[in-house]
Amino acid sequence: MYRYDAIDKEMLADRVQEFREQCARRLAGELTEDQFKRIRLMNGLYLQLHAYMLRIAIPYGALNSAQLRKLAFIAGTYDKGYGHFTTRTNLQLHWIKLKDAPDILEHLAEVGMHAIQTSGNDIRNITADPHAGATADEADDPRIWAEAIRQWSTFHPEFSFLPRKFKIAVTASPSDRAATKVYDIGLRLHRNGDGELAFEVMVGGGLGRTPYLGSTIRKHLPVRHLLSYLQAILRVYNRHGRRDNIWKARIKVLVASLGPEGFAREVDEEWETSDKARVDLPDTELARIRAAFAPRDFQTLPATSTAFEAAKSNPAFARFARHNVKPHKIPGYALVDVSLKQPGETPGDCSVEQMQAVADLAERYSMDEARVHYEQNLILPHVKLDDVPAVWKALDAVGLATPNRGLITDIIACPGLDYCALANARAIPIAQAIARKFADPALAERVGDLGIKISGCINACGHHHVGAIGILGVDKKGEEFYQLTLGGSPEANATLGQSLGPALPADKVAGAVDQLVEVYLRERKGEERFLDTFRRTGLAPFKEAVYADAH
Amino acid sequence: MPMLIRWTGQTAVAAEDPFTAVGDEDPIPRGDVIISLQRFQTEGERLLAEGRKVGVRIEPNEQVEEIVRDLPRLAVVALAFPKYLQGQAYSSAAVLRERGFAGEVRAVGDVLREQARFMVRAGIDTFEPADGATPAEWSHVVGRFRHVYQRAADGREPAFVERLEANHGV
Repeated sequence: MYRYDAIDKEMLADRVQEFREQCARRLAGELTEDQFKRIRLMNGLYLQLHAYMLRIAIPYGALNSAQLRKLAFIAGTYDKGYGHFTTRTNLQLHWIKLKDAPDILEHLAEVGMHAIQTSGNDIRNITADPHAGATADEADDPRIWAEAIRQWSTFHPEFSFLPRKFKIAVTASPSDRAATKVYDIGLRLHRNGDGELAFEVMVGGGLGRTPYLGSTIRKHLPVRHLLSYLQAILRVYNRHGRRDNIWKARIKVLVASLGPEGFAREVDEEWETSDKARVDLPDTELARIRAAFAPRDFQTLPATSTAFEAAKSNPAFARFARHNVKPHKIPGYALVDVSLKQPGETPGDCSVEQMQAVADLAERYSMDEARVHYEQNLILPHVKLDDVPAVWKALDAVGLATPNRGLITDIIACPGLDYCALANARAIPIAQAIARKFADPALAERVGDLGIKISGCINACGHHHVGAIGILGVDKKGEEFYQLTLGGSPEANATLGQSLGPALPADKVAGAVDQLVEVYLRERKGEERFLDTFRRTGLAPFKEAVYADAH
Repeated sequence: MPMLIRWTGQTAVAAEDPFTAVGDEDPIPRGDVIISLQRFQTEGERLLAEGRKVGVRIEPNEQVEEIVRDLPRLAVVALAFPKYLQGQAYSSAAVLRERGFAGEVRAVGDVLREQARFMVRAGIDTFEPADGATPAEWSHVVGRFRHVYQRAADGREPAFVERLEANHGV
């Protein structure tokens, strides 16, 4: 993992000091709430329905045990004993007091963490494939490049007041686990025909009110020019992106209005005349960052583990092994999914006790590493197969061994109207109601791979457009209604969902999902997933089942 | 004479402002003036021929490329921030400096101390603060961060250069 050096640490120390002074000015009444707003929003501090919410950045979703323990300490000391992992791999604390915020930032800085650019119209926390460094199918380690972008984008003098927020995701694998096609910029590392490492650059993806999948504007960007090319994109956006209408200010609207080719031409013109050597990192710095992500010291182990196989005689463990244990690039190791989706709980919530348990397991069994997946789960990326039974037992003891990764109860949900000032409707109770219907693990397993994603408003923080079943909360004359979409997918061949029909009242949503699943189970052929069946049959049979009563 | 804040490269100082900002409807007074791009395009030649210093005010939706040919003759380019969130001018300042403009780049409008360090880095060197900030306060916020992560118009060494030098014992 990348460890902050003296320079990185002094950056954080200076930031804490800055925010401490700014908070003091607010608490002393020198700044009005309105004047303070522009300051706190640059520090990830939002004023929400009930209290201040602090959004803590987790760059490329990577955590070590000390960081996880620190997050647990903060959640226990300054919040209500839990935190919420988001679809942007950040951690949100929803019950913060303003006077505590500088102290929290200081605690975070001690472990190389911060809340820099977790809000505001700037380049937000960089996300990457959570399987980085552990998966056999990657062309390079995407974290190297995500860290390079993190530093370059931090307090960028030109790009801190963009038309709108700006999000960048990096993957190096053909199976996209970072949803790069729905990002402002998605970067996919690959090797070109000559075996040289290059980026495919996708621009203008995004969810929200008008969803778009990103368009590829360059297939083979030499990796050494990453930052100069990003600068060119951001400069074109900063100068020409719309600022007259908040709903049209994201880069996707500019890309759509110029057309991907037109946008690419503008970028290329800017890039080709720029002094690339001033912006791109020298090889020495790239080598320094790369060294921080050097392959771990894996042992030579047999590809199969007798202890792991023997433990499968317990059906509960066998089910966990089927759904939450993923192949690792090194024989004898596995990635272990830690589900934050226990039916009945809030998706993505994690208690102090649970954070501490994962920290202990990461330290003891996973080379001191844990990851956050944008689907609001955690991962222990380097666990010996021999150790998986012990890890499972320890996870089970704190309610983190739900064997449902990728299944119907592994629901993504934004905080919704329960917390968020922007929301039109609640998301969490909907998720809970659906999860309760499918709480029987055998039933969930029978239904198989099915992503449900719920957003409480059109900002789409719950990624509903790319849910196999997407659910969007809307307000109809003061009442919460929910629009369902089917067939969305964030994977490599990404698709946006299609609307099922008129919005449903809250108490009908879980039942409708049940009906959709029944149609799928009736219609599916062979090994088809819900998404495959839907793509074959189209909307009609599903629509008919859900709206039958209305006819 | 009205005052503004000038960044010297090391510190912020109070400076007298010899320029008069002239609206499009106003008559041109005597002395050094800052006028809109549109007015510059019609009256610039005449005003420059009179031997006075001329500055041009660039609005967020206007492109500094329009005055590239005139830059050697311009004393000031004033970049407008009608609202602090309108950040096009950061790119305008960067482009001006990349094109070699060595004259004064001034921030006018909703210019606040929280933006000072970004503005200085982007190549802006004079400021008409809207929040009453003093030169001392301006210096404080601009100098607060001991390091920067990227090259910009202010010429500061970025972290990756500092690291290289540390490794070579410079």
